[in-house]
Amino acid sequence: MRCVPYVNLSAIFSAGGAGRTVVNLLIQGAVVGVVAFVSWTLFDNTQANLEARNIASGFGFMNVEGGLPINDTLLPYEPSDTYGYAFFLGVLNTLYVAFLGIILSTIIGIIIGCARVSSNWIVSRLAAVYVEVLRNVPLLLTLFFTYAVVLASLPHPRRSFNPLAGVFINNRGIYLPDPHPHTGFWFVSAALLLALFITYLVFRISKRKRDLTGEGLPTARIGFSLIIILPALVFYLAPSVLDFEFAVLKGFNYRGGIVLRPEFSALMFGLVLYTAAFIAENVRSGIQSVKKGQTEAANALGLKSTLIMRKVVLPQALRVSIPATTNDYTSLVKNSSLAVAIGYPDMVSIGGTIIGQNDQAIEIIGLWMAVYLAINLVISSLMNWANSKVQVVER
Amino acid sequence: MSVVTHQSEPLIFKPLPAQSPPLTLVGPIGWLRENLFNGWFNSLLTLCCLVLLGGVIPPLFSWLFLDATWVGDSDTCRQQSGACWSFIGHKYQVFFVGTYPSSEVWRPAFAGVLLAFLSLGTAGRFFHRKLLVLLWAGLPFALFFLINGGLGLTVVDQSRWGGLMLSIGLALVGIIVSIPLGILLALGRRSGVVIIKSLCIGIIEPIRGVPLITILFMASVMMPLFLPENMQINNLLRVQIGIILFSSAYMAEVVRGGLQAIPLGQIDAARAIGLSYWKMNFLVVLPQALRHVLPSLVGRCIALFKDTSLVIIVGLLDFLGMAKAATQDSEWLGYDAEAYIFCALVYWLICFGMSRYGRSIEMRGPTAQ
Repeated sequence: MRCVPYVNLSAIFSAGGAGRTVVNLLIQGAVVGVVAFVSWTLFDNTQANLEARNIASGFGFMNVEGGLPINDTLLPYEPSDTYGYAFFLGVLNTLYVAFLGIILSTIIGIIIGCARVSSNWIVSRLAAVYVEVLRNVPLLLTLFFTYAVVLASLPHPRRSFNPLAGVFINNRGIYLPDPHPHTGFWFVSAALLLALFITYLVFRISKRKRDLTGEGLPTARIGFSLIIILPALVFYLAPSVLDFEFAVLKGFNYRGGIVLRPEFSALMFGLVLYTAAFIAENVRSGIQSVKKGQTEAANALGLKSTLIMRKVVLPQALRVSIPATTNDYTSLVKNSSLAVAIGYPDMVSIGGTIIGQNDQAIEIIGLWMAVYLAINLVISSLMNWANSKVQVVER
Repeated sequence: MSVVTHQSEPLIFKPLPAQSPPLTLVGPIGWLRENLFNGWFNSLLTLCCLVLLGGVIPPLFSWLFLDATWVGDSDTCRQQSGACWSFIGHKYQVFFVGTYPSSEVWRPAFAGVLLAFLSLGTAGRFFHRKLLVLLWAGLPFALFFLINGGLGLTVVDQSRWGGLMLSIGLALVGIIVSIPLGILLALGRRSGVVIIKSLCIGIIEPIRGVPLITILFMASVMMPLFLPENMQINNLLRVQIGIILFSSAYMAEVVRGGLQAIPLGQIDAARAIGLSYWKMNFLVVLPQALRHVLPSLVGRCIALFKDTSLVIIVGLLDFLGMAKAATQDSEWLGYDAEAYIFCALVYWLICFGMSRYGRSIEMRGPTAQ
């Protein structure tokens, strides 16, 4: 534990004992008074201003029919729906972007971070260029660039780019086949879950065996074969599992399938690339913080290279990487609010439109803050839990 | 028995001159083998990268330089297949100073020279530390006088401020004001007085928990509601206040990290010799704490400079905003890539320069100076 110095404002006065307590109370009383006065003045001003400008207050507007045009929602939406429902869809979109963004940027960040410490000169140089460019340019600029330049250079729907069967990329968005699950799908999913559970048990048994005898089981091989073979077996036995609805060109545009709109694609692209650069730096500093002697000692003890990675390097690297990555995750969530700049209907974008229509800024801004604080609280408590798993247990 | 004839010449072991190492282990070939082709996986990676670079670099290079238009108007650009840099040439004044009157452009330019001079002086350590603090504290006033006018200079309305000048101005004032505020908040957060402590936590944590955009919206839309009717302030100042608040909360957390690194003995010693609270902090604790966190403070400055680009959302046209506006010019449609690449280059040069400076402070360590 670091020592925390005790700094006391009352030390201004060299009074001791009872005198100090009185001074302390006086200071506190004065602060409370000032805060109360300022809050009251602000409240009073706000009341007067709202009245003068004919702005309603309270959350009554949430039940009013909004008529907002929103083009990209996770749940069905009609312009005749209420403001409250529209705002709720915005919150869902924010959560969706945050969730996908965290997963994708973690994957890319780990790859780039490993590339950065690679012994291959050209790979590590390329990764360094990527990180230094992305980190030193504002995210908004990256977003504008992807939105205006990358998407503008995509072809018209009629001349779509078709990299895989059923996947069409054009300037209206990315069209993917829409999977429709049948009963067999649930069997396959159940088989996958079962395989995962058995793998977990095998890991537990192997750990206990290794702790007792020093010899574990070939867990990786058992796990991989289970996870692949069991669902595959069910897949062949089950009557019908999935079929896909493909996007079809009708008139000037594609219909059907899953559409990733340009705004969404640009936002994800920019957000993920930007955050991945920061996560890559955490991964790099984590790996570089593990001393070479650790690996050499593990080698000398006769550990296999997979075990060295799992038992020696990773636990120590994670100890350095996780706290910094927590910060990057929370800033990813906050940065997703830049969606407003390129027109993706997230919470800030929809809320901004509502403010424009009824001027109820205080309520909307309050809601924004509450939602962001809640998301960030969830992320930091999850990450703190993960962090407590990897930190050294101090006695 | 034969007589040993050459007894006069004693046998001495003479090593042969060392052979040069095999050609495949040293020199360029050795370097290639060690760094690019050690093992099949790395060789594969190298080949993939080379194919990728070979596919990207030549067309990019010819678009950027060989086929690019450097002088001429939009018609010249349309005849060329490469980048249109003459677009930047026509618009650079808008990029840098916005719609500032052309006859007065020397004023922002002179302000820029002053800023560059002081930055170089700081990086090169030409000034004494106390003088440096004074100069940086005085700089915003000098720059404000130059750009705003008054005292003989023509007053330029704030609605005409824009471009890189505005970005740097917002960031500079934000940084200079938020560092002392952040220090106060950090001290307050560690105060023993419960009310002050909770007040500071209540300011710092909510601000750190929400995006800058919501703070800017608050400054731009909500602040007019908070102020009395006869005390309204313009949008630029409101946004600047929002940026200062936002930055102070982050600065406070950085400073707090430094305060935590100071051993308790320092504080005990300072109190033992009878220093008051403020003297103890300003003479003993803070000088050490700030030295510890100087690299992180530089990091915050970079982040804040990048963050000023968000003011475009509340209707101010900063550097990025001017670049976006320039791409909408009907005479120069379709040159978004050039505008954003130029923008990125300028941002990159400034941010990378600052981060190098931060790295150099880190290398010297907290005890140097």
